[in-house]
Amino acid sequence: MRTDLAVIGAGPAGLAAALAASARGVRVVLVDAAPEPGGQFYRQPAPGLRARHPEALHHQWRAWTRLRDGLAASPVRVLADHHVWCVERESGGLTVHALRGPEQERSVEVRAAAVLLATGGYETVLPFPGWTLPGVVTAGGAQAMLKGGLVVAGGTAVVAGTGPLLLPVATGLAAAGVRVAALVESADPRRLLRHAGALARKLPEGAGYAARLLRHGVPVLARHTVLRAHGGGTSRPGGAGRGGDRLTGVTVAALDGRGRVRSGTERLLPCDTLAVGHGMLPHTDLAEGLGCRLDGRRVAVDAEQRTDVPGVWAAGESTGVGGAALALAEGHIAGRSIAARLRGTAPDPGEWAPAAGVRARMRSVAAALESAWAPPARWTDRVTDDTVVCRCEEVTAGAVREALALGAGDTRTVKLLSRAGMGWCQGRMCGPAVAGLTGCEPTPSSSPFARPVPLGVLADGHRAHEDRTEEGPS
Amino acid sequence: MNPLERAGARPGPAFEVTFDGRPIEALPGRTVAAVLWAAGITSWRTTRGEGRPRGVFCGIGVCFDCLVTVNGRPGQRACLVPARPGDVIRTEEGTGRAH
Amino acid sequence: MSEPLTCDVVVVGAGMVGAACALYATRAGLEVTVVDRGHVAGGTTGAGEGNLLVSDKAPGPELELALLSTRLWAREAREPGAAAEYEAKGGLVVAETPEALDRLREFAGTQRAAGVSADPVPADRLHDLEPRLAAGLAGAVHYPQDAQVMPALAAAHFLRASGARLLTGREVTRVLRAPDGTVRGVRTDRGDLHAPAVVNAAGTWGGELAERAGVFLPVLPRRGFVLVTEPLPPRIRHKVYAADYVADVASDSAALQTSPVVEGTAAGPVLIGASRERVGFDRSLSLPAVRALAAGATRLFPFLSRVRALRTYAGFRPYLPDHLPAIGPDPRAPGLFHACGHEGAGIGLATGTGLLIAQALTGRTPGLDLTPFRPDRFPCPAQEAAP
Repeated sequence: MRTDLAVIGAGPAGLAAALAASARGVRVVLVDAAPEPGGQFYRQPAPGLRARHPEALHHQWRAWTRLRDGLAASPVRVLADHHVWCVERESGGLTVHALRGPEQERSVEVRAAAVLLATGGYETVLPFPGWTLPGVVTAGGAQAMLKGGLVVAGGTAVVAGTGPLLLPVATGLAAAGVRVAALVESADPRRLLRHAGALARKLPEGAGYAARLLRHGVPVLARHTVLRAHGGGTSRPGGAGRGGDRLTGVTVAALDGRGRVRSGTERLLPCDTLAVGHGMLPHTDLAEGLGCRLDGRRVAVDAEQRTDVPGVWAAGESTGVGGAALALAEGHIAGRSIAARLRGTAPDPGEWAPAAGVRARMRSVAAALESAWAPPARWTDRVTDDTVVCRCEEVTAGAVREALALGAGDTRTVKLLSRAGMGWCQGRMCGPAVAGLTGCEPTPSSSPFARPVPLGVLADGHRAHEDRTEEGPS
Repeated sequence: MNPLERAGARPGPAFEVTFDGRPIEALPGRTVAAVLWAAGITSWRTTRGEGRPRGVFCGIGVCFDCLVTVNGRPGQRACLVPARPGDVIRTEEGTGRAH
Repeated sequence: MSEPLTCDVVVVGAGMVGAACALYATRAGLEVTVVDRGHVAGGTTGAGEGNLLVSDKAPGPELELALLSTRLWAREAREPGAAAEYEAKGGLVVAETPEALDRLREFAGTQRAAGVSADPVPADRLHDLEPRLAAGLAGAVHYPQDAQVMPALAAAHFLRASGARLLTGREVTRVLRAPDGTVRGVRTDRGDLHAPAVVNAAGTWGGELAERAGVFLPVLPRRGFVLVTEPLPPRIRHKVYAADYVADVASDSAALQTSPVVEGTAAGPVLIGASRERVGFDRSLSLPAVRALAAGATRLFPFLSRVRALRTYAGFRPYLPDHLPAIGPDPRAPGLFHACGHEGAGIGLATGTGLLIAQALTGRTPGLDLTPFRPDRFPCPAQEAAP
């Protein structure tokens, strides 16, 4: 398949870009892994569930309906359920490789003159004893299951960690009938006040959540953290479960100003669900595979949202986590820039001045949020040596610390000497924890495949491209 | 109020799948993970090292903790794969492939 | 600048070869400091598969070094080898056609004469050794001496077992030499290390280090990709690859062409590697190279078609123009020893290299003739030779 622009990711940034470019005559293919457009933020209930009031579990519903209707009216071609594993630079342009359907056993290619990476972000969770128990889920995961599947894992939940996502997750679960035993936020509310200026735009939203928490009777424990998750019993009705395979409660405690646990404040909160998160990280695999320059953990872009690789733009959380409004603005700018550049002209930034204004404001809000909701100091003190850090390879904190003693000194050598990050998720989940535990600079996971690829798909590609292969294996 | 009621869902007729041989009711459109959660099941994998139970963690296809065997195909992410009528869902033990 | 440290030997490079040099040198009674600008196993060692192979080597000095190394690896199997997942699993080289099998058997015959165990396997016995191999192969040769190790763990545990002082995150900026030319230590970005002997085990950067000692050693990088699959139960028992012999018209000799080595690992994933490209230090993904690896592996093991690759990584194998490593004292700089340029075989050849270096450091007669590995065998380019 050939097109002018391939947009990867149908969340706010990708949709805004696809619509802006398409409205200016660009042929657009929108590639997304989910069955329906929307991304994580506008995740929709599965159509088969025929929800008449999906907005009951959402906010900013009007922005979504505008995008949805715009997409329906546009000639943008949507490839849903297409899982991009690699974007390849070739002499004639760019080739997007995507595995098709839930089976992910066949790969298709989309050749495009331009690619927009709108791959979004994913949640960070820092480890603590018991965090691998079934019933412990990421805050975003609880929300995704709720929005998409209209389902919750149990009857009593604790929402914990740090960051702006915890509020909508707590109110969402409460609205869905879950008893939320507590919202446990490690940040100090006084730190949030220090950023009141930058946060002013977010405060009305925050005030709304506070009112809803109050209405649902959700206690808020600020400057508290989850010390441990406890398990027991079995998760399978009628099944012969071994001990401790289902969450039964969490121990929480208050933190002092330096992030240490205040003695005597520990208490047990019984629950069957813990929704926990410590902020978001950008998805950068495809950008890295293309050789795009990163700025820390995010894809580096210029004022037009261009990366330093010709023909490749990026927008949304992949260029820095900042929420849906920022993603929409960046996507819009990227779409207009691409339309102009593909015509061989330089865009006039004056045309997107309002979006650029939103972008500037929301980036400063994001920076303030990031500093206010930093993970609690000294969290690593509470990660015991027997705590699993790498969930895939079951590597404990003790083994990660031992890697340092063996001579590792950066995240790559820690991985080599401990196996942390070598499993299915390629270190996406344990990366921040390993960096924190070892004091190494956090680095992106740097796997050139954005997702697992069957060897048969690669081998078929070899046969199809054999004459283009310069040097075979030897 | 449960989430289905909250969103005013009027799903199509339920169908049956099995989990480790036990019949379970599934609503159309739901992923395998959502079907299992709705049936009160929160773990469907045991790790290959310690044999520990796992289920949904990230819920968006990133963490691979929810791997499950569906219709004999191991290593499927339960949070992404839609359930289909008659699906035979099995707990995935270790690598999900018999020795 | 801090007080200079003093020891008997400074080994530059905390990869597998440097670690083996450190282990055998400390066992010989020397006090050793290992210094690396990065961290343990952070270079080529961390990007390899851990092949300890005799099967792919034609009779000659490299095979002799491989046979010595194989014996030493087996001796280290209990400790530190066990911590490094050492496994004497053997290699299986298969031939897809009767013609290829004839050439393979002929090649194996020459190897046997040089001391290699190489047992022909007829087609109907192939699946006893390797049940999941493709059907229709012509036959194979089994090499029981081939073995496997997890290279990063091997380097780390050899270093730990050596008891050598380890200084990572320190770059050697110059090899210090006395007015008479003898080596007296190294200067690093964080102080001097004084020693009468310096070992260049800097892998791909060995040429650069040689230059910092004032001598010429043309070490070049060869890129190799390795594919790593999802974890599987033990399904591939040996190191398996296919051999084809392509007539090299110019020299009228046979050039060995092999498919990628396919092997299971103790941790579960199957490794497929490595590709070979001479493209300088370019780490970006080459889809054609990775696809060719997958095609080679699935041809040998059809069941791998449905197995997923989780990642691929690139590493740079250091090689010298004649494809032999540089091992031994450098007559141009007394006190300087080289142990680099092992191309794709450095993990396997590390033990022999380490022992030979320790013998040279202590003035003993080396167990192998070092002449083919002389570091000064490459003429310095004319413009650099001029004063």
